[in-house]
Amino acid sequence: MADPQFLFRDEAASAPAVPLSAFGEDTNATAVRIEPADDARALLPHLDRLSLVEVSFPAFTDGRGFSSARILREAGYTGELRATGDIGVDMLTHLRRVGFDAIAPATQLDAAEAETAFNTWPEVYQATVVDGRKPIWALRHGL
Amino acid sequence: MYAYDKYDQAMVDARVAEFRDQTRRRIEGSLSEEKFRPLRLQNGLYLQLHAYMLRVAVPYGTLSSAQMHVLGDIADKYDRGYGHFTTRQNIQYNWIKLDETPDILAELAKVEMHAIQTSGNCIRNISSDQYAGASPEELIDPRPYAELMRQWSSFHPEFLALPRKFKICVIASETDRAAMRLHDIGIRIVKNDAGEIGASFYVGGGMGRTPFIAPLLNAFVPLDQLITYAEAALRVYNRYGRRDNKYKARIKILVHELGLEEYKRQVEEEFAHLQSQDIEPPLAELERIKAHFADPAFEAGLSDDLDLSNPGFARWVRANTAPHKVPGYAIATISLKPAGGIPGDASADQIREMAALAKAYSLDELRVTHAQNIVLPHVKKADLFALWQRLDAAGLATANLDAITDIIACPGLDYCSLANARSIPLAQKISSRFTDNGKEEALGELKLKISGCINACGHHHAGHIGILGVDRKGVENYQLLLGGSEGADTSLGQITGPGFSEDGVVDAIDRVTDLYLNQREEGERFLDTYRRLGMAPFKEVIYG
Amino acid sequence: MKIITGNDLKSGAVTWWDGKGWSLHVNDAVAVEADAAAIIAEEEATRRVTGAYTVDAEQGADGIRPAHIKERIRALGPTVRLDLSLDPSATPDRVL
Repeated sequence: MADPQFLFRDEAASAPAVPLSAFGEDTNATAVRIEPADDARALLPHLDRLSLVEVSFPAFTDGRGFSSARILREAGYTGELRATGDIGVDMLTHLRRVGFDAIAPATQLDAAEAETAFNTWPEVYQATVVDGRKPIWALRHGL
Repeated sequence: MYAYDKYDQAMVDARVAEFRDQTRRRIEGSLSEEKFRPLRLQNGLYLQLHAYMLRVAVPYGTLSSAQMHVLGDIADKYDRGYGHFTTRQNIQYNWIKLDETPDILAELAKVEMHAIQTSGNCIRNISSDQYAGASPEELIDPRPYAELMRQWSSFHPEFLALPRKFKICVIASETDRAAMRLHDIGIRIVKNDAGEIGASFYVGGGMGRTPFIAPLLNAFVPLDQLITYAEAALRVYNRYGRRDNKYKARIKILVHELGLEEYKRQVEEEFAHLQSQDIEPPLAELERIKAHFADPAFEAGLSDDLDLSNPGFARWVRANTAPHKVPGYAIATISLKPAGGIPGDASADQIREMAALAKAYSLDELRVTHAQNIVLPHVKKADLFALWQRLDAAGLATANLDAITDIIACPGLDYCSLANARSIPLAQKISSRFTDNGKEEALGELKLKISGCINACGHHHAGHIGILGVDRKGVENYQLLLGGSEGADTSLGQITGPGFSEDGVVDAIDRVTDLYLNQREEGERFLDTYRRLGMAPFKEVIYG
Repeated sequence: MKIITGNDLKSGAVTWWDGKGWSLHVNDAVAVEADAAAIIAEEEATRRVTGAYTVDAEQGADGIRPAHIKERIRALGPTVRLDLSLDPSATPDRVL
């Protein structure tokens, strides 16, 4: 697995990610890869030994990975959360909002276009909480 | 009406800039059509039979006069002088150019409008009751709740690549004028036994090839948990809705396959979890939005008297006006269904005239209805005659609300790349025939709905009489359905039997309506008579 | 015969492959054979067309008539608004 093109933490995890099916109580794996159909909640008992969760996007039209990411962050996972696969420029801002701090597109993205994309939204309407951004309603009411 | 603050304006402006950049990348070549398609769809831009089509959102169907005026100007400047009002209270233009679309969106943004999420596999524009804020029977104005949900659903990062489209409707009266239970989520604002306001959630309704009436998911969600509950319902759908078959990807199939109880259990579990996450806007935000929907400046003490000596006016008043909550006012519906006309179409001049009439006579407000008409919600009864005269002059005074000629029809094969048969010419033939033969008025309320394919954009399942266009070996063919309804008594129509040619289906409708006129009992609508008699006698007159 | 149709990327207008480029008029369409896929790939890659595909058609007295009603509507315009057709001789009969 190539290093993530976009990294929002000090350094990228280097342990190889194993599929969820190979990740159980009996292994010492610290990195796991989940596919869209995998239940991210299966990882919740093991968060403290994980340094990397790769969330795979085999097709950019399949948005299950967005829910997987939020579920992990909501449960307190603080390790690297890496989006991989069929990722285009126009997904970048949404990936950040659901808690990804590493993004490894299968095809390298144009750096200038990516920079624009990350800065698409001056503010945000929703509290996803996991992105640390204050939603517009909080700004309106001084919360 | 809701007015944007600096945040709302900045969000819409950011969206215009984003789409301008996406369009540039597509035209220059760094974005393929495959990758661009979902992006343009989430800005309401389709590629249809003849050109691009742009669907502009009319949130919960409410428009100001100034906004309506701009919709007319856009029809002239960027399209071919007309627009089409849709069954989800939006407007679409049929002859749009891709390279001009960012400019159109910028013009819309100047009047606080947009095309955000009017298509694509995301939460769509939220629909509501066209009589909201004007009807005497509503519990409360449903639009603030719809606006709260509009903001929550706009660019929600978790829900932009759902298994399929997701339609939400919010109403707050017993009478359902918005086909609420035919939505993915239908919400009715209710009062519980303790006198508190909350929301009833219905889930998994819809039309298409597998129609379902939404069952009740939760009878009472407190207002300070509304967004959290909706988020839980959407998360379960995003995670478990089917993605292997687009025809089975709507939430109705998930609810059907899991069973309502299991879906509900999963939602409750997710809801319990999300309540710890602090994602709910404070009630102060709902109050802020509500303040925008305070009553406009109604005059007090107006008379309810009306001079009905002009028979044409009297007929229009009888057919197209409804009681208003304030004495001396009425709700007036402008029919976009003239005999032989194209249902839902209005010329740029007509759109601007309706804008001017709203300014002169309806406290600056208009509504779009899911039946593809326009409502002036706040008209003084003393102004109704002057209004009717101006409507008449503009070709907008057809007196046929909810009559057999007030047809819902999808664009069909004349415009739509998915259609199998044309819908509009059939609507034109039916409305001409039943106007000319004088049966329209005798038949009273009779909702007729036409879809040009199984996707059911013309709501044929929910018509008292429904028509479904199919392709039979390259020839247009029409199936007839009877007994559907989208109101409080929601039901799904049943197919009568073998299909017909275009003229054949018009003749069949003539025969079933004759049977109704002969068999009806005092006060019965067509639907009531059908429900009493059942399909058999109708089948007999059609095929016998 | 088979002809190629699609939409102009920028304007969205219905276009027909005329052997060298894309025409707004169905009567300019040329018959294609096994070369259709290559033409479509090349033209889409250079963004002169979007969503191109082949359709069956026949050469009639009035010009080229696509086999399916959908393509005849695309060629001539909405049957309910033939005032908007590019072809002044378009009539509902010719579409149907």
